[in-house]
Amino acid sequence: MEFVQNFPFICIILSLFSGPLSSVLSGKKAKWWNAFVITAIGLMNIAVLAFVVSTGEPYVYRMGHFSAPWGNEIRVGILEAVMAVFFCVTMLLCMLGGIAEREEEIEESKQNLYYIMVNLLLSSLLALIYTNDLFTAYVFVEINTISACGLIMIRQNGRTIVAATRYMIMSLLGSGMLLLGICFLYSITGHLLMSNIQQAVWNLHETGMYQVPLLVAVGLMSVGLAVKSALFPFHGWLPDAYGYSTVSSAAILSSLVSKGYIFLLLKIFYRVIGFEVIKDSKVIHVLFVFGIAGMIIGSIDAIRENSIRRMIAYSSVAQIGYIYMGFGLGTELGVLSSVFHILCHAATKALLFLSASSLTEVSGDSTSFFDLTGAGYRNKAAGLAFTVGSLSMVGFPMLGGFISKILFAQAAVGHAYKMLPTLIALAVSTILNTVYFLKTVIRIYTPMRSEEKKEKQYKLVTMGQQPVKSAALLCFVALNLVLGLFSQPILTLLERGLSMFA
Amino acid sequence: MSRKIPEEQYKKTRSYHLKQWLDGTRDPFVDTVEMKPQQEFQEDTAVLEQRSEEKKEIFERVFDVEHNAEMRLFQRIYRLFSALFCLSLVLVLLTGVSYLPTFGHAENPVNNEVPERYIENGLQETGAVNIVTGMILDYRAFDTLGESHVLFIATCTVLILLRIDKKKGKDSIAEREANDRIYEPKNDVILQTVAKILVPPIIIFGIYVILCGHLGPGGGFSGGAVIGAGLILYLNAFGFAKTERFFTAKTYKWMSFGALACYALAKSYSFYTGANEIHSVIPLGTPGAILSSGLILILNICVGIVVAGTMYTFYVMFRKGGY
Amino acid sequence: MNFSNLINNYEEAVAMILFGIGFSNLLLQKNLIKKIIGLNIMDTAMYLFLALKGYIAGRKAPIVVDGVQSVEAYINPIPAGLVLTGIVVSVSVTALMLSLTIRLYRRYHTLNLDEITTRLEKEGL
Repeated sequence: MEFVQNFPFICIILSLFSGPLSSVLSGKKAKWWNAFVITAIGLMNIAVLAFVVSTGEPYVYRMGHFSAPWGNEIRVGILEAVMAVFFCVTMLLCMLGGIAEREEEIEESKQNLYYIMVNLLLSSLLALIYTNDLFTAYVFVEINTISACGLIMIRQNGRTIVAATRYMIMSLLGSGMLLLGICFLYSITGHLLMSNIQQAVWNLHETGMYQVPLLVAVGLMSVGLAVKSALFPFHGWLPDAYGYSTVSSAAILSSLVSKGYIFLLLKIFYRVIGFEVIKDSKVIHVLFVFGIAGMIIGSIDAIRENSIRRMIAYSSVAQIGYIYMGFGLGTELGVLSSVFHILCHAATKALLFLSASSLTEVSGDSTSFFDLTGAGYRNKAAGLAFTVGSLSMVGFPMLGGFISKILFAQAAVGHAYKMLPTLIALAVSTILNTVYFLKTVIRIYTPMRSEEKKEKQYKLVTMGQQPVKSAALLCFVALNLVLGLFSQPILTLLERGLSMFA
Repeated sequence: MSRKIPEEQYKKTRSYHLKQWLDGTRDPFVDTVEMKPQQEFQEDTAVLEQRSEEKKEIFERVFDVEHNAEMRLFQRIYRLFSALFCLSLVLVLLTGVSYLPTFGHAENPVNNEVPERYIENGLQETGAVNIVTGMILDYRAFDTLGESHVLFIATCTVLILLRIDKKKGKDSIAEREANDRIYEPKNDVILQTVAKILVPPIIIFGIYVILCGHLGPGGGFSGGAVIGAGLILYLNAFGFAKTERFFTAKTYKWMSFGALACYALAKSYSFYTGANEIHSVIPLGTPGAILSSGLILILNICVGIVVAGTMYTFYVMFRKGGY
Repeated sequence: MNFSNLINNYEEAVAMILFGIGFSNLLLQKNLIKKIIGLNIMDTAMYLFLALKGYIAGRKAPIVVDGVQSVEAYINPIPAGLVLTGIVVSVSVTALMLSLTIRLYRRYHTLNLDEITTRLEKEGL
């Protein structure tokens, strides 16, 4: 076994260990250690990706001296490695982009507690990506939930605590349903390791025994994870949680936390139950309908919002609807387009949150639209970043959003009866996205009237004054351009990864 | 009133005190328990007016269902849909249960080759007499590693929310409630006597449960909870001043860091040697002895320390907001 | 619905009904403390369901006694280990929810989530 194959395990243990370590460090040292850990884990995952691409097949890593089904194991393939690299890069840029806000908004003595949350969030994301065991996935889903709650409420004013309470209530409902689904599945198959469950489920499918509990288990797990990742009727907690927390929290939550749950759902569909059984069970039709409803209603709610951060949060609801619609199409190409949209949305949404916080900073810390007039001239980097992010969300060519929309349309074409609703929903939601995003872009580039300028006296910020944040914004812009222009190699990698994912 | 002894002497006898206590005319805590002197309640009329106005407004918007037709309709629809949703969920679950394998049969799918190996070879492969401990700390150790970190991160969130540090600015709410937090009736005779008798056996029992986790029922989690309960009883009986002498914020920080680091280190060694198929040098010992079962004893102790510290921290944070 | 099997599995049916009670409490109650109690009932019902999975009629707890190591002597140890993990998770999230409730009560002096939301709207950010 090569040494490179140990890297996923080392990453998980390193980030788990950094949690307690950050509790004994001071705020500043915890910040540096956190940045170091994320960079190191990103580099290790790049090495793993190179290794898996070169060998061309996934490998299983035993956690302990006993192999499946008696012991735990993690499984590493191309798709997992790509997602891990991407999550590390996004998290690093989000953390770098929010340094100034964190120092202002979090109390001095509680700074290191924030970094504990981020480290444990990273470890739970890595574990969700790599795990091959269903119960381990549940335990790390709980770590994910609690650390996401910690990220929301670190700011400690009334709104964030109410948002955190709402988030915990909905999230615990989802966890309860997920655990119940796992229990049902365990009682009819008797295994907890994903590969073994897949075999047992295939046997059940062939013999026709225990069909009703299997359907109930699949339904419960899907609904539980859909509640946790804010699919349409269960999205009530999302605007408050993303809209009022500190900016690096909002960026990490929107781009990474929900995507971890969606990736786990993808794993359950592919590796635990098997895609054939899922297609027969009609669960994906329900996800499809809710996905389309989420796309439209999320965008309509975003248009009505007056605060820029809540508007971006509602747009997250719409984008998660896109991802579920891709799953609901039930074809390989649909799932591929959903996975690409996960990457694309993570890059764009984090960019939008970071640039929105810069824009509000130069508009007297007010998030309402009227005060953002001309903000693009006061902070050039943030204006450019917000424009690129909005264009990517709308689907402008050369940027990531365009590729994912084309993929969705391609996946829908040829489908018997889902083609027409998908294409209509894509078109309508693109128009709605354009309405609220371009309205904001136009507003930030409208120059202020001179008497208002004298009255308000907003400050100007150049790139030199905020080097780290501007660098983070520009890196995100570059990431979007890469996803848009060099999408073909990435798509090939993802396709190979999906084929070996089951 | 007594006929045999004068009035003042009667008022000092125990039977008089007992009669007063039964009638409710005497507070058993006055003169026996050390308390903070009670202040007169002062009310500010401006604050009072503002509060009653707010209350009226809130009542109109949230609670007043008779006059607000829109809210009545919304509430009815919401309740109807939620009730329907919950009922349908229960019905779906009951349907699922009715098709599950029958309860308690030995041929269920759950009883396949997996528990067979745990029962038949568990003692030889892990060295633990308690098969469940061997399973969670050796076969499926990754889950337990994640779970100890769940406990740790929940403590961190409680610390974020409830720990009161000295802030530069003034927070009048915190000041007003400082009295409530720091106020503690002290030196209650019954509680102190009982605590003096009970706390040492409780802690020794907790240590026993932790150390014998691999020999019988027990383990780090249950033993840690028992030790935590003993610490809480000690705190309640003797007050914060005495407990601060040995359990401060630094103690908890370093305790949990040490225990979790030790756990991570031990398990990394075990996972690394397992995955790379290197033979592990940890001896398994003879089953039934205390120093046996490889790393399981150490892991139990680490988990027990973390759980005890966590239970105590939860109590202290809820009660006072600091150590 | 297979009624005869439902009567046979009555312990699991009771666990599901408790789950439904806890779930509806968590969703429908206005008082925060009652919501947390509903959460606890829901979690407890789930652990009851899981623990029932391991039982086999006529066998003993999985602690090796007198060197007997045959499969016919002991019940299934796996669900017991899973329930251990679950209980710890339940305690952690209950502590977290309770501390959130304390903070909310300190600030708004009410335990009713609707009232807190209304007060929030008045105060702005």
